[in-house]
Formats: sequence, structure tokens, C-alpha cells
Amino acid sequence: MSFLTLTDVSKFYGPNCVVDKVNLSVEKGEFVTLLGPSGCGKTTTLQMIAGFADVTEGSITLDGKDITHTKPNTRGLGIVFQSYALFPHMTVEENVSFGLEMRKVAKPTRARQVADALALVHLEDYSKRYPRELSGGQRQRVALARALIIEPPVLLLDEPLSNLDAKLREEMQFELRQIQRTVGTTTILVTHDQSEAMSISDRVVVMQSGKITQIDQPYALYENPQSRFITAFVGKANLLQGELVRQGAELSISVNGVSFLCGETPLQAGSQAFLSLRPEKIQLTQLNQGLINGRIVARFFLGSQWLYRVETMAGTLQVVSINSDTAPLQENQETGLTWSSTSLRILP
Amino acid sequence: MSQTKSNAPWLLSAPAIALFVALLLAPMLMTAVLSFNVFDYNTGIKNAYTLDHYIAVFTDDYYYEVFWRTFWIAAVTTGICLLVGVPEAYILSRMKTPWRSIFLLIVLAPLLVSVVVRAFGWSLLLGPRGIFNQISLTLDLGNIKILYTEWAVIIALVHVMLPFMIIPIWTSLQKLDPGVENAALSLAASPFATLRRVVFPQVLPGILSGSLIVFGLSASAFAIPGLLGGRRLKMVATVVYDEYLHELNWPLGATLALILLAANLLVMLSYNKILERKYQKSMGVA
Repeated sequence: MSFLTLTDVSKFYGPNCVVDKVNLSVEKGEFVTLLGPSGCGKTTTLQMIAGFADVTEGSITLDGKDITHTKPNTRGLGIVFQSYALFPHMTVEENVSFGLEMRKVAKPTRARQVADALALVHLEDYSKRYPRELSGGQRQRVALARALIIEPPVLLLDEPLSNLDAKLREEMQFELRQIQRTVGTTTILVTHDQSEAMSISDRVVVMQSGKITQIDQPYALYENPQSRFITAFVGKANLLQGELVRQGAELSISVNGVSFLCGETPLQAGSQAFLSLRPEKIQLTQLNQGLINGRIVARFFLGSQWLYRVETMAGTLQVVSINSDTAPLQENQETGLTWSSTSLRILP
Repeated sequence: MSQTKSNAPWLLSAPAIALFVALLLAPMLMTAVLSFNVFDYNTGIKNAYTLDHYIAVFTDDYYYEVFWRTFWIAAVTTGICLLVGVPEAYILSRMKTPWRSIFLLIVLAPLLVSVVVRAFGWSLLLGPRGIFNQISLTLDLGNIKILYTEWAVIIALVHVMLPFMIIPIWTSLQKLDPGVENAALSLAASPFATLRRVVFPQVLPGILSGSLIVFGLSASAFAIPGLLGGRRLKMVATVVYDEYLHELNWPLGATLALILLAANLLVMLSYNKILERKYQKSMGVA
């Protein structure tokens, strides 16, 4: 029995189905991310776990107890909101201690725990400040401390990093993961940012129009996406439509008359399919030495990498190559492209 | 360059300042001067100065009674407006889209009808043949006399003042982050504790300004006490009116008006001080 289980959970707003029969099991101590574009039902799912939205159908159990219809103030879950939702009229200290106060914890114990929680998020020196006197990242950490101090069985994070700038977001991702490891709290994060989802979670749950479409570990998700949508949503991908062709024992996909060898797939030879290839799996090589030739139509410098747009017989491909010591290719230059057939994915 | 720069704000605000000086400061100064003028029933206002009017007001129990009545009526009106307005504003803010604007309109609707018309409306309802007395009589509860009592004035004042209480509270509720209530709930606060500890302190500025507006307007109300208080039940504004138009004793009227202004200011400022100290630091009203 998993620690937190969602069984056939659905949510309707009138006739609109926002969350459609979601099944999810989260183990104790696990860090799970709900990933999806806006409007996919991930936030509604989180709100149902928190108790802020009613469950139309299905059930939610926590540690063996059914909490489907429990009031939010008796679930005892820790929640960090997208807007942080700090109490503006209370100091950092008062904000953090609020949950303990509501649980009637004695004052000396409370003070000690608040100090510990603030130390955990490196805000010891800010205890007397008001939220409006803090930066975005500091507010974020206050919200985290406030949610963690009640030692919740599950920590729910609703797009907690989306209001931070890129650099700070990366730092906070590390910190969040580290704090979660230290405390060991089961955590569910909601985000639309695929890189955030992959970098900090144990497992990623991809949602699309109210349904879960794939649950996997970040690496597996990136390497073996199960749909075209996920391929394009998680990381970059070249997607080309073609036809599966069997030649003896080998299966290949023919795109605009160019054939590429591919691995076995449940799809029948002769059927239409999509080829998916990650830009970093393609290597630039000498002309006529690779699987296909192409001409570079555009290039973008990304600092650590070059992103090339290469026009080929099969279609335009994006190629990412490390900015190493070799000189980069020029626009309009002809080049050969090659890749291992194992990095090619066939999708319906 | 720097010269024009420093003059610009003055020049730009000159029309407003001129209006303010001509229509507010000048009449007030003239009233203040008037209150020190000597008055004689036979010859009228004289060009000499005296403190007699102030001494008269401060030594006459009649005026104490009028001032005391004015302030307790204003205070009770403010209290009832608070009791009704705070929950009403909260419920309004929690309503869904079509209903919210409809009910907000209903709340504001009384402002569209003239105070005089509303006062007459109430006098019809509260009079001896009004619906309240009729109900009371059919239920054999005897005559209830509301019209021409303090309660008639209070009922009508609450009706007039409620929008002035609801609007500022509603405005501060609009500024509330909706996540804050959920955050409190998730931290095991009961719905009541959430209201008391999280929502209420944040709408305190709205409550403060609402009650100041209601108190100030009620204490200086004229039409409603004039029409629903009758001839005997006087409030300061109606006494001032009487002094000016019936007694023709303008200096005494001016004295009463100025004392009302001063007393009103005193009450409002001390109320402001007490509440402000509580929220000033946290809400950033430095």
C-alpha cells in the first residue's frame, strides 16, 4: 500500500471534466512532480489532495486513511502556494509559527522549532522582518519553512518557483531538493516547467487535458517518451512523419524517400509513424560520411552549445553540438549528419 | 530651468488650491470670525468681539444634552454599520461573478435616492400608521412608538450610511490574496480563526476608514434627524439650523458648528490613533 493514493479521481466543473480518472501512488519520502501545460488539471489535482477543491468521483487515501472528504484544516498537509500567500500583517517568525500556534504547541517549544525551521531555509537573520521587506526568493523560503514546520506527512508545492527569475529558480531547485532530502518529507510538486520537473523529482507525472499520459523517472521519460506530445513538451525533439518499411529482418522508417534504420516497435510495417530524434543525439560529420547530408540554414549560439538548423532531404532538423575547441560551422555550409539508430524513437 | 521646475507643481495645483481656498477655507474662516461677534436680539450682529457664545454653550446643560445625543447616535450608527457591513462586505467578496455585481449594485442603490425622499419613506414606515405599528397592533403588542425617537434616526442613518461602510471594506477585501485563507486552513486554523487572525487584520484599514466616514457623516447629519427626530429631538446640526434660521442668532450657530467640527475631529483622530497603532507597522502605512 502506497503512502498517498489517488484512485480514479475525477473533477467536473458543471459538464466540464477537468481531471479525468487520475490514478497515482506516491511512496513515503518520494518527490513526485505533476508536469503539464496550463489547463491540464495538475493544479486542480493538487487542490483536491489539499482539500481546497471537492473530489467529484474517486477517492484519495493518505497513510491508509480515506481523506477524500476531509476538511482542509484537518488534513495537516503542508502547502506552498504559487503566490506564497504569506500573512502580510505578521513577521517572518509569526508566519512560520502560525501552524504551531493553531496546534496549541507551547510557546518555548514553538520558539525553538521556529528557529530550527528558519535555520533550515537560511533565514535566521530575518525573523523580525515583514514579508513585504523580503525578496522573492526569501518569501519563497518563508513559505517553505511555514509549511514544513508542522511536519506534514505530505508537502504540496504549487508552482513554487514560477515567480522567481531564472538564476534564482535554479538555485532554489537545488535547495528545495536538498531540504526535501534532509527532512525526508513526501513531496508533490506542480509545474509547467519541464526542466524543473526533471531536475528535482524522483518521478514525473505528465498530465494532458485532465489525464495522466506517462509516469516515469526523469531519465526514462526523456529517453522514452510515449507520445509525440511528451516528446515535444519534455526537452527539444525533431519530429518527422514517415512510413515504416520492413526490409528483411530490419525495420526502417522512410521520410520523404529517405530511409533510416530504427529499432523494433509494436507498430506494423507499412503504417504511418513519427520519428523522434533529440537534437543532441545528432552528430555533425564530414559531407557524405553520415546518414544524411544537409545545409545549415541558421545557427544560434547558446553559450555552452551551438544550435543549428539543418535543411535535409527528410526535412529540417535541429542539431545541438557542444561548444568545444573545434570551430563552429558557418551558415549555408554543407555537412553530414549521423546518429546511432538506438537513439531514434518511433511514435504513433 | 530649475526655477520652472520648482514652480510647476504649484502652478498645476493652483486651480484646485483656489477652489479649496474659496469654497472651504474662506467660509470656514468667516464662520470662525462670526462665532466671536457680539449679537444683540434688537440690533443684530455687531462689529465687536466676545467669548460669550462659547461660554453660553459650555455652561448650558441643554447643549451638553444635544452634543451627547449626537455623538451616541453617531456611535451606535457606526456600530450597527460595522456589525452589518463587515459580514456583508465579506459575503459580497466571496460571491461568484454575476451575483457579485448585482448585489454590489443593490448595496449602492440607496445612494441613488435623495436623503429627503428616503427620510420621508422611513417616516411612513415607522409612523403610527406605518407597517411596523400595524403589525404590532394586529399581534396585540400595543403601540410601538419609533418615529420621532432616537431609534428612528438611527435606523434611517444606518440605511443611508451602510454603503459608506461596505465600500472601503470591500476594497480592502479585494486586495486580499485569495491563497492566504487557504494557507491558514492548511495550517490547521479553523474557519473562524482564519477570519479572526488572517482576514480581519488585513481589512482593518478598510474598517477604520469606513467607520470614520460613517461616524463623521452621522454626527453632522441634518436631513434625517430633522425629518425623523421631530421638533423636540435635536441633534447638533438641527440646532445650528435653528439658531441660524429661526433665532437669527448667527454667531451662536457658528459657535455650535465649530464646536461640532472640533469635537468630531477629536473623536475621529483619537479613534484613528488607537487603531492605526495596531496595524501601522505591519501594513506599511509608515
